[in-house]
Amino acid sequence: MTATAFRAPPVHHVGVLGWLRANLFSSIANSALTILIVALLMWSVPPLLNWAFVSAVWSGTTRAACTDAAGACWPYIWQRMGQIVYGFYDFDERWRPDIVFAAGAFGLAWLMIPRLPRKGWVGIAMLTLYPFVSFLLLAGGEFGLAVVSTERWGGLLLTLVVAAIGIVASLPLGVILALGRRSHLPVVRILSVTFIEVWRGVPMITVLFIASSMLPLFLPEGMQIDKLFRALIAIALFNAAYMAEVVRAGLQSLPRGQLEGASALGLGYWRAMALIVLPQALKIVLPGIVNNMISMFKDTSLVSIIGFFDLLGVIQSGSTDLDWSSPNTAVTGYLFAAAIYWAFCFSMSRYSAKLENDLAAGDRR
Amino acid sequence: MNDIITLDGVCKWFGQFAVLRNINLSVKPGERIVVCGPSGSGKSTLVRCINRLEEHDEGRIVVNGTELTRDVRNIDTVRREVGMVFQQFNLFPHLSILHNCTLAPIWVRKIPKKQAEEAAMEHLTQMRIADQALKHPAQLSGGQQQRAAIARALCMNPKIMLFDEPTSALDPEMIGEVLEVMVDLAKQGMTMICVTHEMGFAREVADRVCFMDAGEIIEEADPETFFTSPKRERTKLFLSQILDH
Repeated sequence: MTATAFRAPPVHHVGVLGWLRANLFSSIANSALTILIVALLMWSVPPLLNWAFVSAVWSGTTRAACTDAAGACWPYIWQRMGQIVYGFYDFDERWRPDIVFAAGAFGLAWLMIPRLPRKGWVGIAMLTLYPFVSFLLLAGGEFGLAVVSTERWGGLLLTLVVAAIGIVASLPLGVILALGRRSHLPVVRILSVTFIEVWRGVPMITVLFIASSMLPLFLPEGMQIDKLFRALIAIALFNAAYMAEVVRAGLQSLPRGQLEGASALGLGYWRAMALIVLPQALKIVLPGIVNNMISMFKDTSLVSIIGFFDLLGVIQSGSTDLDWSSPNTAVTGYLFAAAIYWAFCFSMSRYSAKLENDLAAGDRR
Repeated sequence: MNDIITLDGVCKWFGQFAVLRNINLSVKPGERIVVCGPSGSGKSTLVRCINRLEEHDEGRIVVNGTELTRDVRNIDTVRREVGMVFQQFNLFPHLSILHNCTLAPIWVRKIPKKQAEEAAMEHLTQMRIADQALKHPAQLSGGQQQRAAIARALCMNPKIMLFDEPTSALDPEMIGEVLEVMVDLAKQGMTMICVTHEMGFAREVADRVCFMDAGEIIEEADPETFFTSPKRERTKLFLSQILDH
């Protein structure tokens, strides 16, 4: 189709003044809002920046550096960095988590950089080989590696382990539960609905308490499951229930004709799901899936209530340390923890936005 | 010759409502059947029973020697031999047109990718949309999408093609291009059952026209007889409404 040339669209807003008028001062109410928001920002942001950067203490090795400061106590963070990253992981063995971090970052980067080849194989390795090798490395006990009990894992290391397992396990489980909930087989449907509704109806903290203290009472004599594993399984199942409902929304939003089209071509149930229905449904609910993952990442901080020292737990326990007691120590720690959580969650959010954009490209006219 | 499709006393209910009432129909290989009738008369349900998108409650349906029962293997066998074209196209929007066409041959018929693509390009050429092969469905016009959907069904080399109101969702200017390729297909000897209100198409290619009303086939005749001297009052009324508007 060829359209003949027509005149250019009219220009309404020119220059900075035009933009300001259109976007910030288009009406009396909008002007008032603009002024109010600017006032709020003026009132809140400069003192915060002043506290965190200008009046902050940046160097020093002991509490003395921070006692009289009017701002953040950053030396406390530098001194505690080892614990914040590794928890109580044995000092001489910290090269093991380092390898796990590096390999994880490398694999993720490979998967996210579009022009790198063989994404399928890297993905499979990251889902099978990587967790296996990471576990051997972190836990030890084989190949002459010293055992490091999971109770000593902590800090960012523990946060990332819990988040990664929760995120990676909950999506496929959630998909299976969502398919189960829409199954024509009554037994499968009832089991799925029951599972989802039971886990969704119980608070995460309760689930963690049950996993840590009640579950061992029910296990057969002599059978022991590591406390961290119990927590990981509980977190994965808990989040799978949430994921299932997000995925179900996607399944329901697809027109019935898609499944009929696939069936009419002779594709069986599983192939129709894997090739036609799920790719479209998951794409539709990608924002919801990532929303769940972000929320899951932050919920990892709840493991501190069953005695683990994750990122927040380590910082929390450090804030009461008399060696560093100063008016600003605790707040500095919390600000730092918040910044780390935010960095991870914001990265997930941005990557999801990029993915949405890439996936939408195919539907564009 | 033996029948390729036999419907024997087929009944179906949606809840309390009887959509198909004692349907008897036999189709010989190469025959072209046009099914018409007022909306709600069960035309779509009838063709959808032939590839088991709907399950019939009573009677027998035998397609290409396989009876449709609860047995999933039978359903798969029948679906492999029966192509279907829908009113809403039902192309897969996340795949290119070429990929839409090769998916089932590769996964169901286990044909190597290269060979499947060659066959798909042949069918797309026949449908006159070879130049659209690498686009996604949303980038095509309605008429092009429907022709892509026909090509997709043909890629499975079906013995029978079912059409469920293939032109009803199209803009008037695009109906012609879809009917044209359907006429081509009919002339090549494909067995076709086509639910449509395109009476010109029925006149040109149909061996038989079946008129349905309230879940029954109430009149069945060759197009000449059907259009010039229908026997039933209901048929006459329908024809006058559809031809004189």
